Amino acid sequence: MEQKRITLFAGHYGSGKTNIAVNYALYMARQGKKVAIADLDIVNPYFRTKDSTELFAERGIDLICSPYANSNVDIPALPQEMYALTDDPSITAVLDIGGDDRGALVLGRLAPAILREGNYEMLLVINCYRPLTQDVASTMEVLHEIEAAGGIRFSGIVNNSNLGADTTADDIRASLAYAEEVSRASGLPIVLTTVRQDLYAELADEAPNPFALGLQKNKYL
Amino acid sequence: MADKVLMKGNEAIAEAAIMAGCRFYFGYPITPQTEIAAYMAKRMPKIGGTFLQAESEVAAINMVYGVASTGLRVMTSSSSPGISLKSEGLSYLAGADLPSLVVNVQRGGPGLGGIQPSQSDYFQATKAGGHGDFRMIVLAPSSVQEMAELTVRGFELADQYRMTAMILADGTMGQMMEPVSLNFDVKPSPEKPWATTGTKLERPHNIVNSLSLVPEELEDLNFKRYEKYKIIEENEVMYESYRMEDAEICIAAFGIAARVSRNAIDAARELGIKVGMIRPITLWPFPKKAFKESLSTVKSYISVELSMGQMIEDVMLATEGRAPVTLCNRAGGMIPSPEQVLESIKLAAKNGGNN
Repeated sequence: MEQKRITLFAGHYGSGKTNIAVNYALYMARQGKKVAIADLDIVNPYFRTKDSTELFAERGIDLICSPYANSNVDIPALPQEMYALTDDPSITAVLDIGGDDRGALVLGRLAPAILREGNYEMLLVINCYRPLTQDVASTMEVLHEIEAAGGIRFSGIVNNSNLGADTTADDIRASLAYAEEVSRASGLPIVLTTVRQDLYAELADEAPNPFALGLQKNKYL
Repeated sequence: MADKVLMKGNEAIAEAAIMAGCRFYFGYPITPQTEIAAYMAKRMPKIGGTFLQAESEVAAINMVYGVASTGLRVMTSSSSPGISLKSEGLSYLAGADLPSLVVNVQRGGPGLGGIQPSQSDYFQATKAGGHGDFRMIVLAPSSVQEMAELTVRGFELADQYRMTAMILADGTMGQMMEPVSLNFDVKPSPEKPWATTGTKLERPHNIVNSLSLVPEELEDLNFKRYEKYKIIEENEVMYESYRMEDAEICIAAFGIAARVSRNAIDAARELGIKVGMIRPITLWPFPKKAFKESLSTVKSYISVELSMGQMIEDVMLATEGRAPVTLCNRAGGMIPSPEQVLESIKLAAKNGGNN
């Protein structure tokens, strides 16, 4: 996909935005860019980009997130540093937006500056194995709700269809038609198809714009 | 396409409830179970059901009482502090012999506590759901799949025995995502001749009430209820045995603690330590018999809990003081690590099982 200065990942609750944002930030950092990842999730107090704090520090990636992420302070707080994302054009910014239209509300504050600069990709993350976005109609409903709440139109789709650690190559193959239908219905290109690292070689030729994905591990399970 | 979907534990409870025929959900948001309410808010209007965000947890549980009186499947869900608020309603449901499903996705306490996972409402769920002599069937899922399956089972048991079934999960179970198969059979709701559905002038009035004016009658009701509980203790115990065949050390753990323990047990087995696990799936009725029978090989027990030690008392009662029982725990929203559990197992092994 064409790399823009600001990449936003938004989508249905639990569609995998955070994991993709983390992987995408690492990918950009590998290209020698000065990367900042911003956790702007005001919906979910768990499974935050903050879980990867050490990894970011190691790779020289700036983490911008609420000081209350992963704590018991269960409030929809935003970090003041988030204005650097639009104010400092030397940063390559990756934005992890909270789920659904409620999560996209945070964009209200940033959208005018992002649109003014015009150097962004607003990506809709989709997963056909999530119960409330299993078909095109329900996925389009989520798309429109997020655009209305966030004030930015999507520019592309990330097909992140997966069943977690159980995902097989066939599960991803079976999702390709769904992603294409969403693409047709929305007029948006499929800019990435995420594929778990170990399945990458097998699917590299079949999936449009494949992107190898590492999973954030939970040490307890 | 695969026959599975990727769900959060909370979503699995909500979808399973809908599949079980529940069309009435009343609740009040609280982390870490809010996804249940959010899911119901989206789904119920589309299938002719009712989602209602009540003005409080107290209101929600009494709305459950109302729908349950009419014989329809109904549920509420909350997390620890919210369940305390529902306490009075739970007692009234018991006093009126009404079936209902109540979900507690536990968080650290006491008080407002925190939003991280906990199992410290074990006493409350199994022994002190509210005032008066009563029990609830308490189901403890250990995977997202079980969150769904035990929700369906909970509705069935509640109807069968005319009482509350509680899903006792924790923040991790509610928040974690796993693939789930929703292809299960649901037994239809049985006939409910006691329900307040209108007499149509064809039968005497049904009265749903928890007030008794005559003490002898109230005593009789209590005796009868406890006869029913005895049948449940006989017939409805659920547990899982893991590597118990030759176990000399037995871990007792449920929910997320059982998942952590499983990893520790596998690691200890690699070291040649004979350790297994009894995982209660029903916390009430507690699998007393399984623990008692395990005494034939087991020399000591370790209760792994996300609390200051609550289930450990039931393990002690079930094993009748014939073997030592120790605690391996974290509290306040923290989770024991597999390494911590492994250390406890090693210590027990070093002491020849007599830790």
